[in-house]
Amino acid sequence: MSTSVAEKQSSLYERIGGEPAMAAAVELFYRKVLSDERISHFFEDVDMERQAAKQKAFLTMVCGGPSAYSGKDMRKGHAHLVRQGLNDTHFDAVVEHLSATLTELGVAKPLVEQVLAIAGSARADVLNR
Amino acid sequence: MARVKHEGQWYGLDEGESVLDGLLRRGVEVPHSCRAGACQSCLMRAERGEVPARAQVGLKETLKARGYFLACACQPEGELEVAGAGADLRVPARITSLERLSDSVLCVRLRPEGDFEYRAGQYVSVLRTDGLARSYSLASLPHEDTLALHVRRVPGGRMSGWLFEEARPGDVLELQGPAGECFYVPGRPEQSLLLVGTGTGLAPLYGIIRDALERGHTGPIWLFHGAVDVSGLYLVEELRALQSRHPQLQYRPCVSKGQARVGVTVGALDAIIKEVCPRPAGWRGYLCGSPDLVLSLRKKLFLAGLSLKEIHADAFLPSTPPPQGGAGVMASASDASR
Ligand SMILES: Cc1cc2nc3c(=O)[nH]c(=O)nc-3n(C[C@H](O)[C@H](O)[C@H](O)COP(=O)(O)OP(=O)(O)OC[C@H]3O[C@@H](n4cnc5c(N)ncnc54)[C@H](O)[C@@H]3O)c2cc1C
Ligand code: FES
Repeated sequence: MSTSVAEKQSSLYERIGGEPAMAAAVELFYRKVLSDERISHFFEDVDMERQAAKQKAFLTMVCGGPSAYSGKDMRKGHAHLVRQGLNDTHFDAVVEHLSATLTELGVAKPLVEQVLAIAGSARADVLNR
Repeated sequence: MARVKHEGQWYGLDEGESVLDGLLRRGVEVPHSCRAGACQSCLMRAERGEVPARAQVGLKETLKARGYFLACACQPEGELEVAGAGADLRVPARITSLERLSDSVLCVRLRPEGDFEYRAGQYVSVLRTDGLARSYSLASLPHEDTLALHVRRVPGGRMSGWLFEEARPGDVLELQGPAGECFYVPGRPEQSLLLVGTGTGLAPLYGIIRDALERGHTGPIWLFHGAVDVSGLYLVEELRALQSRHPQLQYRPCVSKGQARVGVTVGALDAIIKEVCPRPAGWRGYLCGSPDLVLSLRKKLFLAGLSLKEIHADAFLPSTPPPQGGAGVMASASDASR
């Protein structure tokens, strides 16, 4: 990757690798989330295709890419999970998998930190606080 | 209020009701089976109005572009005018032979009387002259002169019972389709293939394997055929013969109950697969048969490293009767009692 001026100005999403990187990340990430006993029960939906699409939308959002997610949707989308007991430990587990996924894909540490910061800012919405 | 126009007449739909249920409730005959958007027997075409995207999931692009949709998955927002059922897509076919493959499985051979193109492993909707529709996977290869279906006898089953007891060579049916993404795509001949079927889920896999071999697939091909007991296994000799001609083919008949015997593995299918093929990352998978097994295996194989894009699955969803009386309350009551 070159470091032209244009590159430096491009979004975090682009610097991570844009859509192809998201496509690669979503399977790794979703697999980690599904096999984590602390949180897998929140993902019991059998429609895996649809769920993988949701995971991709989430990844795209936290990487600062073009996404349709708003804080309001996050609240609505997680309200039923909060009723089932979704709390900070579960949120932390997801962030942990996000970090591991990006690191595994060779994303530079400062970029990973930025993504995690954005993810962290969604905590209040996800947990409906 | 949402409403549908069918053959010149308007029909109002209840809140959240599908086009299929709304028409059936008012006595309109529409072929259907699963009522879950899987079998494609309820195909219809919209002439005017907005078709929700959900009603076109799984349809070929050419059908989508022409306004076709699945009536059971279609809950329109406003007015929808349908131009007719999928009748214009149907091809008449004649039964050429009916042969028992085992006590519980019948091989039905059909000759289409018109153009009918398909890929080995796809499925078709079979319509009897009275409109009864059920989906069956194709076990034959496109260059064979007849289509082959493997039909399992379902206790009290209307279509399978008729095929077993009453159908005769020469009888006429209609075919609609083909549909489904379970087929072999040439391109990576060295890739390992993992095929898992329960019961007549073997039908499409039997087509896919022979297709892959004919097209020069060189990588290992693993076939796991699962049944409750040995009486549920069939084509055992044919598959063993195929294996002896193609050493890359590994055929594993498996049963969940019964005594161990030569050449048949006893145990839970997912555990057997995990033991024999522990790391299927980078493989291509095909899963067909009982919905529970197909869905849980898909998840397990994904977790074991198979990419979602590389897993092709056809769940053989059974028919679901429409809600009686038209009230939503009835529908949830009968659902709960299942
Ligand atoms: C994509 C697809 C592909 C299919 N491919 C094949 C195939 O290759 N070979 C094949 O034999 N079948 C296949 N099926 C299933 C087939 O379409 C019919 O559902 C089956 O033959 C039973 O129809 P029937 O009219 O005999 O029974 P019905 O009259 O529809 O059913 C009688 C009763 O048995 C129940 N029932 C039916 N099937 C089952 C089941 N499997 N488990 C539990 N209860 C059941 C019904 O709900 C009903 O209560 C496929 C289904 C789909 C959706
Ligand atoms: S797809 Fe509509 S009834 Fe099966």
